[in-house]
Amino acid sequence: MVEHSQILKTNDFLSYRTLIWRRFRKNRMGIIALVILGIFYFSAVFAEYFAPYDHKEIQIHRRHVPPQKIYYNLSDGLYVHGLITTKNPKTLELEYKKNSNKTFPVWFLSWDLKGNFKLLHSEGPMHLLGTDRMGRDLLSRIIHGSRVSLTVGIIGVLISILLGSILGTLSGYLGGWIDHLLQRLIEIVSSFPPIPLWMALGAALPATWTSIETYFAITIILSIISWGGLAREVRGKVLVYREQDYTLAALSAGASNWYIISRHLLPGCYSHIIVIGTLAIPFMILSETALSFLGLGIRPPMTSWGVLLEEAQRVTVLLHYPWLLFPAAPVLIIVIAFNFLGDALRDAADPYS
Amino acid sequence: MADHLNFKEAHQKLIMIRYIIYRLLVSIPTLLAISIIGFGIIQLPEGDFLDRKIQELEEMYGDSSSLAQIEGLRDRYGLDEPMWKQYFTWISGFVVGDFGESFEYEQEVNRLIWDRLLFTIMIALGSLLFTYIVAIPVGIIAATHQYRLADNLLSFLSFIGMSLPGFLVALGLMVFVFNSFQIPLFGLFSAQYEGAPWSWDKFLDLLKHLWIPVVVVGLNGTAGLMRIMRANLLDVLGQQFVLTARAKGLRELTVVIRHAARIAINPLISILGMSLPNILSGATIVSIVLGLPTIGPLLLRSLITEDIYLASTLLLMFSLLLIIGNIIADILLAWADPRIRFDK
Repeated sequence: MVEHSQILKTNDFLSYRTLIWRRFRKNRMGIIALVILGIFYFSAVFAEYFAPYDHKEIQIHRRHVPPQKIYYNLSDGLYVHGLITTKNPKTLELEYKKNSNKTFPVWFLSWDLKGNFKLLHSEGPMHLLGTDRMGRDLLSRIIHGSRVSLTVGIIGVLISILLGSILGTLSGYLGGWIDHLLQRLIEIVSSFPPIPLWMALGAALPATWTSIETYFAITIILSIISWGGLAREVRGKVLVYREQDYTLAALSAGASNWYIISRHLLPGCYSHIIVIGTLAIPFMILSETALSFLGLGIRPPMTSWGVLLEEAQRVTVLLHYPWLLFPAAPVLIIVIAFNFLGDALRDAADPYS
Repeated sequence: MADHLNFKEAHQKLIMIRYIIYRLLVSIPTLLAISIIGFGIIQLPEGDFLDRKIQELEEMYGDSSSLAQIEGLRDRYGLDEPMWKQYFTWISGFVVGDFGESFEYEQEVNRLIWDRLLFTIMIALGSLLFTYIVAIPVGIIAATHQYRLADNLLSFLSFIGMSLPGFLVALGLMVFVFNSFQIPLFGLFSAQYEGAPWSWDKFLDLLKHLWIPVVVVGLNGTAGLMRIMRANLLDVLGQQFVLTARAKGLRELTVVIRHAARIAINPLISILGMSLPNILSGATIVSIVLGLPTIGPLLLRSLITEDIYLASTLLLMFSLLLIIGNIIADILLAWADPRIRFDK
């Protein structure tokens, strides 16, 4: 007599997704990367609350303030010092010194003077990363800029994935002249060196477009080049799957082409697509940063890390105000995090490759 | 017997030559398509070169009295003609090596870009060499010391190297060098050699300045390549014949370098071609930041000012470099891997 517990039920098997997640969990760097990325994206969504200042607020009297420190002592709690501003007669630039007599308390998780709820704020000057040439707080600009920088990559990759997997599947499955045409097209697109193409397209964006329109145009521009590689890989896989027995079985059972593509061919490529997509995101983020750095990308009033770095382009500027290079730090962290994530995903999804 | 072998070798060589010719021929329609697309894209921004020039002059001097004079240039430059006519004017000069004239610099395009093209190729080749010369030994070291300090350190550095955007490294380097040595790091030559005719000393000076862009551009690729080399070598070291070689009593060094590494390097040669677009693009941005006389800064400027013939020629040259690089890479791949043959 067979015991009830010996009969395997269908939900005793772990799904493919659960298996991947379990393998992913073992990779410590991947988990750390996931957490870091989660923090960044979370602060991008809630930028208004995390940023101490309004990123658009111009303070001419606080141009080029060097980074300030927050102090702590037992009696006053967190506080910042005021600033004494002097104008250097030779360079006509403002210079700042710490005003040891005046202190302002720093409030944590409360409402500031304008009624906005903030993580950290103070009445006095609290520019943790300094200010730029128009007196805008750099930390706030970085946090707001992360909205654009982080999402451009994702949207661009989504477009690439969509284009690449659909066209690649069609090319591999249908074969014939469609395949040849698409292959030629991919070859032409890939023969275009990416940066010059982006520069050309970026320069082509009409000056009259709003920032949002340029934003979407930039994401499309970024995805134009990359879909080719994905299409080629998907096509390769589809070519293999097409000859498998299950495809033949489905065909003879009367399945439509679309059914076979969506139910059999594409799912086999999912893991590959996900990994390629995850590794493409940092590439897109870097590309947007590079484009904006050259002045061809995102336009004000939108900010991205690339736009922030554009102001730090000239060596003379950097020598006097080196803190303007700070936006490079989040770029680096994000790219490294995505690389680790992609690595971990690749190990989890396809441990044999 | 010997004759039979010679015939086979000669046959292979013939096939190889046929393949090269085939690739070159096939690339011509691709280049044609690229030239058309590029020409079109460049003209996308509203207005044309002269409109921009007028606007610039108005902003600078606030006077439009020379308007008529500039408008007269419009005829001479042929800016009013339909795009296809401009395109044909441009293309028809190719046969004699005339790529049109730059409006901005008022010189013939080929004179303008020749030197710069040379420098770009030098930087690209230099970066490629640097990448491989550094990545292969480093990868070997990392693989042979797997999971020990050397490996962890090198892997960590490689991750950072892969993630650093090139232009940032260039910027950081400029600031650092300026702070430490008080030398501005601009250009490819010291002041004395700028416009001087070529000489051995000038060449040495060039090399002295060249290493900076080469290192900056090559950094990304080096990091990635090192990881691949390490992974490959680890795979190879796990195979049976390595065990046999060790059991035979060969020295570890011989086993690793003479036997294992040689096999591990093979895939690296095949991806040589794939790294070319990245190197060219990286070189473009880095040279813009460092202000080098290569085609990068020229391209940026010509795109912004809509100097159509210059910009189109530059785009074309870029694509040409890429395609030739890919062909060379495919040939290297075939040469390195005896399994690939080209007969249909």
